[in-house]
Amino acid sequence: MSITATLIGQMITFAILVWFIGKYLWGPMTQMMDDRKKRIADGLAAAERGIHEQELAEQKATQHIKEAKEQAAEILSQAQKRGVEIVEDAKDDAKAEGERLITAANAEIEQEVNRAKETLREQVVEITIAAASKIVKKEIDAKAHGELLKDVVGQI
Amino acid sequence: MSSSTASEASGPTTSVEYIQHHLHNNSIGEGGFWVLNLDTLIYSWLLAGVLMYIAYTMGKKMTSDTPSGGQNVLEAIVEFVQQQIKDIFPGSNPLIGPLALTIFMWVFLMNAMDLIPVDLLPQLGHLVGIEYMKVVPTTDLSTTFALALSVFALIIYYNIKIKGPIGYIKMFLFHPFGKYLIPVNILMTAIEEIAKPISLGLRLFGNMFAGELIFMLIALLGATSLYGLAPQIALGTVWAIFHILVISLQAFIFMLLTIVYLGMAHQEIEEH
Repeated sequence: MSITATLIGQMITFAILVWFIGKYLWGPMTQMMDDRKKRIADGLAAAERGIHEQELAEQKATQHIKEAKEQAAEILSQAQKRGVEIVEDAKDDAKAEGERLITAANAEIEQEVNRAKETLREQVVEITIAAASKIVKKEIDAKAHGELLKDVVGQI
Repeated sequence: MSSSTASEASGPTTSVEYIQHHLHNNSIGEGGFWVLNLDTLIYSWLLAGVLMYIAYTMGKKMTSDTPSGGQNVLEAIVEFVQQQIKDIFPGSNPLIGPLALTIFMWVFLMNAMDLIPVDLLPQLGHLVGIEYMKVVPTTDLSTTFALALSVFALIIYYNIKIKGPIGYIKMFLFHPFGKYLIPVNILMTAIEEIAKPISLGLRLFGNMFAGELIFMLIALLGATSLYGLAPQIALGTVWAIFHILVISLQAFIFMLLTIVYLGMAHQEIEEH
């Protein structure tokens, strides 16, 4: 039970072991754990940033929607106005057309009446001639009395 | 113990001989200082080899993202040691981490040899013709003082490196009581410094040696009479469970005091 040369052997073993563990375990492992700590911190920061960006994006989106709604309302009101205008125009056109048609119809009617009067007049002349010839029992020479007949027809 | 004779080697008979036999190192050499305790060396080398293997394989295959079971255990130990250093050690030193971790794990493993039944490995050795075997390297003063003196050398080295040679001498001259009591100061500081390695080495040795001795006494209970068998089993269980605490605690204390002493060496000298 005394200190022997084993001491020297154990000291050498100890030194080698400290070097070995420092090189292959302590060094890489503490390095890795530091890296991991840093990565976790970075990840959390990135998540925080992401949340912030999302909030911004949501705000932007709401604003866009609001603007779009306003634009849509404006377009709608314009369209309504335009529609009313078109209807008014159509009404005016229709009125004008109707009046034109009526005028045309009236003119035609008048023409027809005139033509009917003319025809009637000629037929009256013929009937008158027939009637007169029967009354005088004498053939009226159409040639001889043509001028007289024309005068009569003109007076009718 | 050096008086043990060849007749004892043929097999222990009495209780005293049993214990003496168990406390005898398997050594080669002329006697005095120049003796090598082969059992101490071989067991501590085996455990150092285990540590190196674990350190090497784990260091190679560890991953940052999906740590496996073994890596988690090692990470917990490393983080624990790191925390102790952070709490105690001023400044930073690249050696202190590996040093503390090595002391903790190696001393723990060497202490843990105590939990193997006292007679198992010596008896197996006896079967293949090895007469003497002490399986717990930390019950050998050579081992504990090898660690303690290595730490002591580092204490002196860092004292001189940080404080400077003159600062180190000034620490001896003026340390506890100021400049008017220089002889007393030298004596006090010298005792204080020398007490560090001695207390480190003796504390670990004493605890482990006493623990081993009690395991032997418990083992003797059943060996001397049949009535002793039940107490042997009961006491052996209780002592083994208690000893789990002792071995971890001693490894931890050795590591902690190493950090404390080296931390003290790293402090700038205070003027009195």
